[in-house]
Amino acid sequence: MTTTTGPTTGHSTAWVGADLPRKEDPALVRGSIAYVDDLRLPGLLHAAVLRSPHAHARIVAIDTTAAKALPGVHAVLTGPESLEVIGPLARFCAEEVVEHAIAVEKVRYFGEAVAVVAAESRYIAEDALALITVEYAPLPVVADAEAGMAEGAALVHENLGSNVVYQHAFTFGDVDAEFAAADRVVRRELRWPRATAAPLETNGAVVRFDAASGRMDVWSNTNLLNFGAWVMSATLGVAPHMLNFHPLSVGGSFGSKHFLAKQIGIAGALAKVTGRPVKFMEDRADNLLASDAQAPDRAHVAELALDADGTFRSLRIKVVDDYGAYFLLAIAGNTNPLSQIVGPYRIGSVTYDVTAVLTNKNQQGVLRGAGSDVTNWVLERLVDAAADELGVDPVELRQRNLIPPDAFPYKIPTGNFYDSGDYPAVLARALELADLDRWRAEQERARAEGRYIGIGVACAQQRSTYYASEFWFHNIGAPAPFTTTAESVRMRIGPTGGITATLFAPFWGNSQETVTAQLIAAELGVDPAEVAIDLAPTMHGLPSAGPGGSRMTVMLSGAVAGASKKLKDKIFEIAAHQLEASLDDLELRDGVVSVQGTDASMSLADIGMAAYWQKASLPDGMESGLEASFTYDPPFFTLPNADRTDLGAFYPIVGHGCHVVVVEVDPETGQVEFLKYVAVHDHGTVVNPRSLEGQVRGGIAQGIGVALYERVAYDAEGRNLTASYDEYLLPGAPDVPRVEVAFLQTPSPWTAHGVKGGGEGGRMIAPPAVTRAVEDALAPFGARIDELPIAMETIVGLCAPS
Amino acid sequence: MDTDFAVVELTVNGIGHRVGVEPRRLLVDVLREDLGLTGTNVGCGQGVCGSCTVLVDGASARSCLMLAVQAHGADVVTVEGMATAAGVHPVQQAFLDAQAQQCGFCTPGFLATTVELLDRNAKPSEAEIRAALAGNTCRCTGYQHIVDAVVRASEAAS
Repeated sequence: MTTTTGPTTGHSTAWVGADLPRKEDPALVRGSIAYVDDLRLPGLLHAAVLRSPHAHARIVAIDTTAAKALPGVHAVLTGPESLEVIGPLARFCAEEVVEHAIAVEKVRYFGEAVAVVAAESRYIAEDALALITVEYAPLPVVADAEAGMAEGAALVHENLGSNVVYQHAFTFGDVDAEFAAADRVVRRELRWPRATAAPLETNGAVVRFDAASGRMDVWSNTNLLNFGAWVMSATLGVAPHMLNFHPLSVGGSFGSKHFLAKQIGIAGALAKVTGRPVKFMEDRADNLLASDAQAPDRAHVAELALDADGTFRSLRIKVVDDYGAYFLLAIAGNTNPLSQIVGPYRIGSVTYDVTAVLTNKNQQGVLRGAGSDVTNWVLERLVDAAADELGVDPVELRQRNLIPPDAFPYKIPTGNFYDSGDYPAVLARALELADLDRWRAEQERARAEGRYIGIGVACAQQRSTYYASEFWFHNIGAPAPFTTTAESVRMRIGPTGGITATLFAPFWGNSQETVTAQLIAAELGVDPAEVAIDLAPTMHGLPSAGPGGSRMTVMLSGAVAGASKKLKDKIFEIAAHQLEASLDDLELRDGVVSVQGTDASMSLADIGMAAYWQKASLPDGMESGLEASFTYDPPFFTLPNADRTDLGAFYPIVGHGCHVVVVEVDPETGQVEFLKYVAVHDHGTVVNPRSLEGQVRGGIAQGIGVALYERVAYDAEGRNLTASYDEYLLPGAPDVPRVEVAFLQTPSPWTAHGVKGGGEGGRMIAPPAVTRAVEDALAPFGARIDELPIAMETIVGLCAPS
Repeated sequence: MDTDFAVVELTVNGIGHRVGVEPRRLLVDVLREDLGLTGTNVGCGQGVCGSCTVLVDGASARSCLMLAVQAHGADVVTVEGMATAAGVHPVQQAFLDAQAQQCGFCTPGFLATTVELLDRNAKPSEAEIRAALAGNTCRCTGYQHIVDAVVRASEAAS
């Protein structure tokens, strides 16, 4: 057999890992980027939504006569009227939890839509809302999960016969035997608060329906493009191939904009009824009341079984999760953490017992971490609790139980794999950067002065690059239709050598254009500044799942590598033909193909011109043009077994981080001041370090938010008390510290360039570290923290003399 | 016929305008819809997040809380008015250099607040910068790169 080495590719600069400015930024600082609310179409109408003042009530009657008569109003739709033009909203749960864009028969949460208006302006549309009268017959309110599970509770969905919409105890290994054999069991009841992404840009959609052709165009800040625009077909009543979703720049998502089926449905219904393009843009109250993006609201009973020497044996977590009034994604927020439920530790068996309850609240969606943020906090709380009970140093306890670097790839009890890592090295680096010993001494000195300094250390996982089974394996024994979440890129070298890459996902505030240009530069030996990026609508779409689950950089790395390979094959064939050289002698470097050891060469422009316009100079039978696309599937996965005692590898590209936090707490005001914050992360090979640092720091700010400030609050009647930024508290510039970020790089063996995702780690690791720091500061008061957020009044209460 | 209409004369980014508005019309809607200056973004409409901040006679103002009629006779600068043919404003350049934006939605408001801050205090400390930015919310960055950008801008100006 003959082996050939083939042509080689090189470049003068190592573009992967280069600290380059982002391609996205110039338009952002000039304000010239287009978000959905900036879009203006001829004849555009504006929608507004009338919302329920009751959390649970029958709709007896709605009178829209006066609203319809207001000059400038084109249409008013109630729920039943909307069903003439749109269907129920698409959902991903198997259970019959039916939701409509506009409520039909009854409302199930405070703020649910009961009528919508399309008018010449938003002002007129809101005037019209004030003219609509609705008669309600209030029903008993299911105010929380506990109430929902109670005997004789009112039913949120009568057809289900119960508010407990899902229950299953996932068990991996002989947990009962391990607990029975353990020397000690540490147990905590831990409460994680209902938070929400609350991005600065609300959700919106502009929909245009052309009745003549039957085509519908949708401009929205959703991620529901090639991922699943087709699932909106039944809702909108338009054939999938006649639905064209356009990608737009998005003003922050953090998971909250994955679907937006309701917002698109409202605009779509009004566009069909009026024959005009319609924009529905949530205002802030719309967003905080009804955006379908509230996050896990969990009560846990969590237990860690361990030996007297501190060796972890087994983990048991019982969770009751308040899902709100609908069940869009089923229990995806609880299946996600099964990818990393044992954290960075050797724990041989696990039970994760999930009870999902429907209540009269806006439903859960996705929020950065996707539920794994919660279990990271629960596990790290247990580890700190174990250290306290054993009387050992929490850092030493962690060191004793970390998975060692020679154990990878490492299969955890649930069946997921961790591809690679060096957890002890990450911890060691974090301790070194934080100068922990100095802070321990400082803490002691401060306590003597009556000041309360605390130190928190957390070691936790950041899984990335999901695979579709996460969304169905909780249906025990059910078949497995969906087996990939691919991502594509189309690359074109033009006749003058210019390179265009087409992506199929929206810009979500991440850096897909920057990293794509860097990856192409690395593959083709060109300058990233020379690469133009274009986003394609779904009519020109290729398979794509878009940003989410920290997957984009990993998936784009693979897609760009694949498309580049196809392009290079053709480039070298053309060059070999024209230069009369052997493929093995060719080299592509800095945008020029040359015959090694000679002066003979062709630029990419020469090759482009030949490919497009000089058919006679191409090899016989070669197709004109110079374009390639590649669809990259998740690089490693395995299927779950039938009884789900092994879930398979579904989130196997796993990053890791360690945060060391030092705070000073004022027991009289409850103020938490950060004195030091160190974050050491390992996300494999880093493509753009500053952009990744930004992701980590931004995630940490959100983690501080959920630890200290953020909670979606409802009262006993189900009224949302946090429907503005005045009440749903986001951290501001004075509340967030300077964070020292360092990266260790353990390349993934399974991805192109060894890249792992890193978009969520900051938010997934900060909460346990911050919690422990505050708890440690308040140790002289005997404080134990089992619930977030740690509000200022909570701290004052913990410190008050009893 | 309804006569409840006002004529507002104002200068935006150096260009004079006469705009007929309902008295209730917000400045941000005149900027975004009537004048097509969509660089100013509305984050909350309640005056909390600062995304819609513009400069009115050199002072930062929440264009989502200000009525257009209140801007009668005023000189308004939006993000579109910061760059010139020669290039971006030094504060914009500092934001680029520090990679101070991720989704960019809040960025025009931060730029306006920063211009105002540096007009009043050419060499602010980090604590002064964070205090000055307290009325602008960013959900993406964790603020550090924004603070770094303001420091860069103050250094570039000296």
